[in-house]
Amino acid sequence: MQYKSQAVAKPYFIAAIALFTGQILFGLIMGLQYVVGDFLFPEIPFNVARMVHTNLLIVWLLFGFMGAAYFMIPEETETELYSPKLAIAMFWIFLVAGALTIVGYLTVPYATLAKMTGNDILATMGREFLEQPLVTKIGIVVVALAFLFNLSMTMLKGRKTSIGLVLLLGLWGLAIFFLFSFYNPHNLVLDKFFWWWVVHLWVEGVWELILGALLAFVLIKVTGVDREVIEKWLYVIITLALVSGIIGTGHHYFWIGTPEYWQWWGSIFSALEPIPFFAMTVFAFNMVNRRRRDHPNKAATLWALGTGVMAFLGAGVWGFLHTLAPVNYYTHGTQITAAHGHMAFYGAYAMVVLCIISYAMPILRGRAANSAKAQVMEMWSFWLMTVSMVFITLFLTAAGIVQVWLQRFSDTPIAFMAAQDQISLFYWMREVAGVFFLIGLLVYIASFFVKGETKAAA
Amino acid sequence: MSGTFTKSMARNIFYGGTVFFVLLFLALSFDTMKELPKRDNRANLTESVINGKKLWEVNNCIGCHSLLGEGAYFAPELGNVYPRRGPEFIKAWIQAMPTGAPGRRQMPNFGFTDKELDDLVAFLKYSSEINTANWPPNIEG
Ligand code: HEC
Ligand code: HEM
Ligand code: HEM
Ligand SMILES: [Fe+2]
Repeated sequence: MQYKSQAVAKPYFIAAIALFTGQILFGLIMGLQYVVGDFLFPEIPFNVARMVHTNLLIVWLLFGFMGAAYFMIPEETETELYSPKLAIAMFWIFLVAGALTIVGYLTVPYATLAKMTGNDILATMGREFLEQPLVTKIGIVVVALAFLFNLSMTMLKGRKTSIGLVLLLGLWGLAIFFLFSFYNPHNLVLDKFFWWWVVHLWVEGVWELILGALLAFVLIKVTGVDREVIEKWLYVIITLALVSGIIGTGHHYFWIGTPEYWQWWGSIFSALEPIPFFAMTVFAFNMVNRRRRDHPNKAATLWALGTGVMAFLGAGVWGFLHTLAPVNYYTHGTQITAAHGHMAFYGAYAMVVLCIISYAMPILRGRAANSAKAQVMEMWSFWLMTVSMVFITLFLTAAGIVQVWLQRFSDTPIAFMAAQDQISLFYWMREVAGVFFLIGLLVYIASFFVKGETKAAA
Repeated sequence: MSGTFTKSMARNIFYGGTVFFVLLFLALSFDTMKELPKRDNRANLTESVINGKKLWEVNNCIGCHSLLGEGAYFAPELGNVYPRRGPEFIKAWIQAMPTGAPGRRQMPNFGFTDKELDDLVAFLKYSSEINTANWPPNIEG
């Protein structure tokens, strides 16, 4: 560790991994409910498990991004963090608020929770991904502002690198677009229109800046390639991302009551969105091939390359698959969407967080890299989780194609529930792949406890 | 990327491009706001519909169902359930839940009053009358 205050990143990373585990357990519960419909009913209805699954996902990724920023910014700015105490305080506030929210979902009927937490004052709940009670939403804003204040003050007193600036820009964007979650008009079309300003402009907008910055940081460290070169690539990638992704929001404005010109704007610009993801893959491989040193942390390099490839597959290829309006007309809101959502979130954001953890955690624990034995185990977990996710995606895609065929495309369409019965085999296979994913995750966690010979950190 | 294309050029293109496309997006959004009254069925946003939307939200129906294709994929699309099933069926259905059929996907009972059921149906009727460019492809949703 070059700067003492980087140590605050450690609890953030540990919390991220713990919440990730919770996310997967609830994913498996839902996966089973897909085929054994009354499993855990009425104790944990599907919608409750889904809220827990997706909200834990968002929260663990946020913990990961924050940990990453606390680790990276001191090194980038070459100065200690403005206030490590504030960072630790925010950690506990965020963790407790997150835990209470999940406990609320699981123990109180959602309508009661809404009543208890002030939803009658300002109704924001009950919309996908934004299910959090008003108090939790406000808590998120407070934590985000304190976090951004802390980082911005650090940046002001230190060196201003492009990686640092891009990271901060992405994080500020994340916080600003979240504010649209407080806007919930009665008019359903308006509600949906601005809902996407949170969801799409996050994952296909500002989060890509965060993704690029994290990847660039790790690549500089593990390859030793010149910063000028890497930062130039970073700017090119995020330019491509925003130029395509902002108007690309239109791929969600095809069928929700918005004007039909969006079918053109949305199709054309979102068709360009795979390009920045492709550039990311080329970038990662290029930098590793041109490496000036052989960093002892092989696992982190593997995660960096994997992020490029899987983000391109999940977001780029699986996104393109259903993004043109004539295709989306049939696939909209089917298992095709679920297939894409899974591989994209895993390939881009889960993997980049695991990548920075892989690079930073050994250093936070006082060594340049983990022992060879621990790294081999970590790499096993990489392959187990990643290959499982590929299979989850393939099974859901198969399910989606059959669903579209039976329920939407056929001359004699059958009802939703009847179509679901026809594809239960694919859901069973998805669940099996999910179990392998969980095994991969457990191997990953175990790799932290493997001892062996290590070199002290520089 | 040759030597003549420098980092500061890349940075300037980033800022310039971003500002341009943000402005274009805002312009399109502004135009959308002007066009929406013709399509979004706002004339029928009655007290009852507004209350129905709130009930829809505080019971997290979107956690199992999709509405105009967005939400969860566990249970039928409800954007067009009004023309598919009609008001009486919908109310009877919601009251009859859960089916308790072994192994079948379950929907909870929310204990709605008659007035609440009417409001939910009003909301589903309003939703079904939004101009969605002919989506979904057929009545099954
Ligand atoms: C825990 C998941 C879950 C939640 C939450 C849920 N539903 Fe359902 N709903 C289902 C399932 C599953 C079915 C299909 C059941 C069957 O066919 O046996 C269904 C069917 C329906 C149908 C009949 C659809 C048709 O085409 O026949 C209506 C109407 C409906 N739900 C309304 C609602 C409303 C309104 C809410 C919120 C107040 C809601 N549901 C919340 C799971 C859920
Ligand atoms: C890492 C980046 C991305 C992530 C994390 C991501 C994630 C998601 C998720 C979770 C959904 C479902 C939203 C919902 O619940 O309604 C979704 C929908 C969609 N995504 Fe992505 N996505 C990414 C990139 C892309 C890209 C690059 C494209 C296009 C090339 C794309 C095209 C789409 C489309 C068309 C939909 C709508 C599907 C439907 O109509 O049901 N996505 N995405
Ligand atoms: C490993 C086992 C997993 C299983 C069995 C599983 C299962 C599920 C199920 C059943 C849903 C609900 C689909 C619906 O609405 O009907 C869902 C939603 C979702 N899951 Fe998972 N999941 C798993 C892992 C993951 C992972 C690793 C990620 C990302 C890192 C993830 C991200 C998501 C997202 C983003 C959604 C919302 C999708 C959308 O709205 O389209 N899941 N998951
Ligand atoms: Fe999108």
